[in-house]
Amino acid sequence: MPHRTFFWFILPTALAMILFIGLPIVSSFFQSLHIENEQVLMEVENCDPFGCTTNVRVDVEATEKIEAENPLGRFNGFGTYTDRNHLAFDEIEEAWDNTSSIGEFKDIVLNLPFYKALLFTLTFCFAVTPPVIVLGFIVALSVNTLAKSLKGLIVFGTILPMIVTPLIGSLVLFWMIDSQGIIGASIQILFDDPNLSLKASSNLTWITLIIYGIWHNTPFAFVVFYAALQTVPQDPLEAAYIDGATRFERVRFIVIPHLYPVATFIMLICLMDNFRVFEPIIGFSAEGVAQSLSWMIYQDLRNENKMLFGSAGATSMLTILGIAFLLTPVLIRTWKEFKTER
Amino acid sequence: MNQTINKYSKQIIIVNSIFILFWLTISIFPFIWTLWGSFKVKADFFSRADWTYALSGFNTLIETGATTTFKAYLESWTEGEFGRATMNTMIVTVSVVSISLFLGTLGAYALSRSTFKYTFYILIIALIFRAMPHITLVSGYLFPFFQLNIWGILPTTIIVLVAINQPFTLWLLYSFFKTVPKELDESALIDGCSYFQAFRYIIMPVMWPGVVTAGLFSMMLAYNDFTVTALLLNQHNYTMVPKINAYLGTVEYGGNYMWAVSSVVSATAPLFMIIWFFQRQLISGLTAGAVKG
Repeated sequence: MPHRTFFWFILPTALAMILFIGLPIVSSFFQSLHIENEQVLMEVENCDPFGCTTNVRVDVEATEKIEAENPLGRFNGFGTYTDRNHLAFDEIEEAWDNTSSIGEFKDIVLNLPFYKALLFTLTFCFAVTPPVIVLGFIVALSVNTLAKSLKGLIVFGTILPMIVTPLIGSLVLFWMIDSQGIIGASIQILFDDPNLSLKASSNLTWITLIIYGIWHNTPFAFVVFYAALQTVPQDPLEAAYIDGATRFERVRFIVIPHLYPVATFIMLICLMDNFRVFEPIIGFSAEGVAQSLSWMIYQDLRNENKMLFGSAGATSMLTILGIAFLLTPVLIRTWKEFKTER
Repeated sequence: MNQTINKYSKQIIIVNSIFILFWLTISIFPFIWTLWGSFKVKADFFSRADWTYALSGFNTLIETGATTTFKAYLESWTEGEFGRATMNTMIVTVSVVSISLFLGTLGAYALSRSTFKYTFYILIIALIFRAMPHITLVSGYLFPFFQLNIWGILPTTIIVLVAINQPFTLWLLYSFFKTVPKELDESALIDGCSYFQAFRYIIMPVMWPGVVTAGLFSMMLAYNDFTVTALLLNQHNYTMVPKINAYLGTVEYGGNYMWAVSSVVSATAPLFMIIWFFQRQLISGLTAGAVKG
């Protein structure tokens, strides 16, 4: 296809992607270099019959003027990145100097907002992915043995948790697990502890979120494994059967090795998707004990007084950095595939 | 031969059936429970005293005079303006699907037919774009959109969702067009068609299976989106998902839980029906990138 024709064909989609994916990333970066304007303060003298007092007040007019001249705020360089709410270099240095043991140091660092969120995000990613792969594989194996007439219906039932948006999925589970829902209330009766609830401890909340993550992601692993199972070559299976291999041995030594590349694919996609975890935190109202990086950005943008563009931008950039780490293996894989195709 | 290999012993069949039933319960029951509970009042669905109230509708009987009630549905659709949200979702979904398929088919066709090296780089960039968390993009949109005064309205959101959706659509349709034999449109080119004519008269009639799959995924993205719609639309223009979130926590709706429960049912039911019909396409799309390797 000549360059010119190619250009016209690709133009609309390229334009959409550059304008609304490429540029926002750049814009996010610029925002992260700026910080909100300071409010202009002025001293006001209040005199009443008992004497005069001076108060410091916000000069609304002057503040608005600065705001209008400089809507993005003032230039701050990489200041936002290193402040207390992000990488917090000063606080970490101080903690390092003032603490005597690693445990103490760890406690202080993990209580800083950014590291707290990072810890949750990573824990979520790495706790959800392995069970998803194992469970997805087992469900796929098991559905694969069913009679054909049943398969369609059961596949449909299995993929439901994946189809609904994470917010709705987590709400549906939350309404059951909540202390007033069917599961939560039953657990309270079972353990005879009226105070036992999801919100009782941060550990319980984290576990609930992780269970939700497994519930939501397993269908995807299932679907991919299920499709891959149809491509397992029959000849080695027959040969193994003739040689007397048991069913388990056939799965272990023929089916599983055949599915390795698929499992890696699922793992990478799962890690990448879960790195953005955000909606379940809202669905489970778990903001108090579990914050993720994406949630931090959302919170900055939802700030009631003023949207913190600088802070949101900085967190966004750091999140993208994290995604880049996870994305590298996927890119390498795609690169290789492309090279072999040509 | 195949018969003997695939014959299962009784034990396996039993264990397997139990496992499948167990799994189906986990994946389906929450939805059934929500559907059931949406016809009760709050005191039953969120009953601290006795969870069997949710089954028997004890408080529902006291409050409304019957064991099932459509109160939550009626109120959320009238007072809660859920109808408006449904309308907005429909506008957004239909527009996003049609625009992104239009852009996607053109782009993907060109990518699959060009032999130059830059196609590869375009696809890699698309892959990187696809991995970007939506919330980081939204944080880049807000400031310019406020400045340009295009925040809060549906067209902005539609364009943004189309763009966010493009990378995946491109990849999906690219791998689909690769399976359409090149000879088809090449012969048309030899007969004197332009590339666009070849696309219009030769490719378009055969591309529908791929387009349906891509359309299904675009639909799910637009229909399900929360991040973009919640932050880029004003309250008045909310689509269904942010609206449900608004029922839960904002001052305006006073945390009206049963509205949210009934709206979840209203929002999920059509989606499930569509997926029921297009299940095969959904699965083929999900596995497109994975099973080759």
